[in-house]
Amino acid sequence: MDVTVDLNVNGRSTTVTTDPDRPLLDVLREDLGLTGTKYGCGEGQCRTCTVLVDGRPVTSCLMTVSRAAGRKIVTIEGLAREGGLHPVQEAFLSEGAMQCGYCVPGMILNAAALLETNPDPSDEQIVEWMNGNLCRCCGYPKIVAAVRRAAAAGALSRRGER
Amino acid sequence: MRNPAIIPDNEPERYELREAPRYDFALTRRDLLSAAGAGILITVHRSTAIAQSTRPAQQSVAARVHIASDGRITVMTGKVEIGQGSRTQLTQAAAEELRAPVESIALIMADTELTPDDGGTAGSRTTPSTVPAVRKGAAAARQILIDLAARQWEADAGALRTEDGAVIDPASGRKLTYGELARSADFDPAFAQAVPDDVEVTATKDWKVLGTSVPRPDGRDVVTGAHRYPSDIVRPNMLYGRVLRPPSYGATLNELDLAPAQALAGVVAVRDGDFAGCAAPTSYGAGKAVEALAKAARWERPPQPSGSTLFEHLKRHAATGEGGGRTPRVNESGSIEEGLAAAGRTLRASYEVAYIQHAPMEPRAAVAEWEDGRLTVWTGTQQPMNVRRELAAAFHLPEERVRVIVPDTGGGFGGKHSGESAVEAARLAKAAGRPVSLRWTREEEFTWAYFRPAALIETGAGIVEDGQLLAWEFTNINSGASALRSPYDIPHTREQFLQSDSPLRQGSYRVLAATANNFARESFMDELAAACMRDPLEYRLAHLKDERMRAVLEAAAARFGWDERKKSRPSNRGVGLACGTEKGSYVAACVEVEVDRQEGAIRLLEVCQTFECGAIQNPENLKAQVTGCIIMTIGGALLEEIRFEGGRILNARFSRYRVPRFKDVPAMEIVLLNRPDLPSAGAGETPMIAVPPAVANAVFDAASVRIRSMPIRGAALRQA
Repeated sequence: MDVTVDLNVNGRSTTVTTDPDRPLLDVLREDLGLTGTKYGCGEGQCRTCTVLVDGRPVTSCLMTVSRAAGRKIVTIEGLAREGGLHPVQEAFLSEGAMQCGYCVPGMILNAAALLETNPDPSDEQIVEWMNGNLCRCCGYPKIVAAVRRAAAAGALSRRGER
Repeated sequence: MRNPAIIPDNEPERYELREAPRYDFALTRRDLLSAAGAGILITVHRSTAIAQSTRPAQQSVAARVHIASDGRITVMTGKVEIGQGSRTQLTQAAAEELRAPVESIALIMADTELTPDDGGTAGSRTTPSTVPAVRKGAAAARQILIDLAARQWEADAGALRTEDGAVIDPASGRKLTYGELARSADFDPAFAQAVPDDVEVTATKDWKVLGTSVPRPDGRDVVTGAHRYPSDIVRPNMLYGRVLRPPSYGATLNELDLAPAQALAGVVAVRDGDFAGCAAPTSYGAGKAVEALAKAARWERPPQPSGSTLFEHLKRHAATGEGGGRTPRVNESGSIEEGLAAAGRTLRASYEVAYIQHAPMEPRAAVAEWEDGRLTVWTGTQQPMNVRRELAAAFHLPEERVRVIVPDTGGGFGGKHSGESAVEAARLAKAAGRPVSLRWTREEEFTWAYFRPAALIETGAGIVEDGQLLAWEFTNINSGASALRSPYDIPHTREQFLQSDSPLRQGSYRVLAATANNFARESFMDELAAACMRDPLEYRLAHLKDERMRAVLEAAAARFGWDERKKSRPSNRGVGLACGTEKGSYVAACVEVEVDRQEGAIRLLEVCQTFECGAIQNPENLKAQVTGCIIMTIGGALLEEIRFEGGRILNARFSRYRVPRFKDVPAMEIVLLNRPDLPSAGAGETPMIAVPPAVANAVFDAASVRIRSMPIRGAALRQA
């Protein structure tokens, strides 16, 4: 039986009427047209479908839409800040940290979450945090470099603020 | 005339993909009328449809390059972008020859209605075939623009220059932009001319755009999520599809009741022969509908071989050509019988390579839309022209009524040469009378896509007293003939590839059988060196004449510090090396591993790889390809193996099938040897082939245990 769910996605409130058991991933893509979030495995193993829910990275293939109700959801489409890219997006672009690019939205969101909790991670901490995200083009070294670059950029801007 | 896109290299690619059509859809009276209405008699039989080519002998300049009156440049190619950087490199190639900024060029790729047929995107052919074709087309366009300007100015064309999207007369300072020239009346007829065969392209020494690290032109769309992959395409009024899969390989559908699925809200269910599936307003709904179908289906399941007997099965069914079977592919030099007879000592070994899956991040996906008897399909494939033929054959349509568009796709690795999802989406869309989006689940992709072939490789060698090789025998059963030929200088050789009966559906995989063949050859070379108490590096060099191969091997050894590290290393560590050549490029790797005998664990600590592919066209993209190849091949070397039993795949998901992750990345050093004096070869495949045997050789160095299988399983260390 369909239910009505209130969602807050990328800062906007919206309502969908749907089967409560549908994965958040499907609702984002099929009902809200936010196709930047990708399907990869349906079992939380590749984290290509990562979105931020209340600031935490979540595999949207495993979260039902009803559980996402009322929480703050950020997808790759909502990460860019007014007038410019998020520093992690900027860093992926500068490093050329993409081959086919399909895993990139999930990588960027997970990296953004890392830098929120740990603004200056070591390479080991980056690898540990990102290990759940798969890239079959195997561009891992450049992704690590991009996260490192984003962290450095964040540190610089913080210094600038002081 | 032979099209340069088809070269003998591609032979095994075609062998591996030959298979009967998946679905035999019923031909309705309406289909017949529709086809006849187009005025075309259906005579194309499926078996010939795959072989024939519709490529025109010569391409017009306009088919390759379009210049709008506002100066915007559009370049067209039939190649696809699947993460290997073809969009970047082909844009660079056009920019170089047109003397126009990279940003001013839009590249339309792989749209059968708009782009020339550049062959499939496979076999590392984009760099040696399509880059030159685009350069020639762009160079011809530039020459036409110069001629048009010369005519307008009544100047000598030879004195004019092109720069930044304009023709310039250095003598007078006059300037005409390409857009201005495109507005002249002479423009269209001039661009309708064929690209002259002898058109001159920019010499490597004069490259300004090629040879530099141009970034991916649409990178911003990737990082913002704006780029639409095949699975992201949305059409008005679109439904989502799912296909009913058999419970095991070879199962046939005996009975199916569509009613329970059709009773669900908004669901369209269809059965056509062995095909059955559903379309629904959401993919969740389509999944539920297919579950209902599965409950109402009765299958007949014939017995199927299992993984535990795979290699015996392949050996038993090896087609030796005896008794009228398929003839082996054989390379021979000297006389293997004489060579073996004259050798003082003979060694033999056999190697096994497991089936693995490509597992691109984006599974197979397609969106199909019918309109007025015409079919348009957006899909992720490396072979848009073949998929168009496949669709035309499946739906009994003339090819002109089928359009295939390939949006830049989420990975391929040789795994997307086929058009299953396109055909399935089109069948569902036909039943629904609405566009249908179909994206395979990961489990479907692991189970029903084709696999990299398993291999059984038997080697034998005859050596003389000092260890020098006199005779070399090498037989690949089932996996293919790529890199079958040894690069070593041996007087008597017989190298052959025998087809077999593959229990699983198999096909192309990045660099084809070259990984398997190089694994066996380079492992065996190490065994021979060890048997003769010779250093693996010195032993290889003593048999190598090819200067390019020697250069990469010597460079890798020097950079790695082979001589010193071979002599002194901790007891639980080992070093190994390997080299190889395929598709016109050369690779060598030195690695270090750490083993834990008790745990049966192998850890790859370091890879130092050298690679040479002629003149480097984009250093950063090349490095990304080499890096990706090294890490991806670590999967096949140490982690990946498809397990199957009775026609079912036992590990069809990422939680049961380990692929390389961030933590699996070793310390890496990559050395790219640039050879501006040589033509550029493709680079997205060959860097796969050196690491697996180098790892096996390093494990032997560390533990004195020779593991002759891929994946290289550490469990063998516990038993030893």
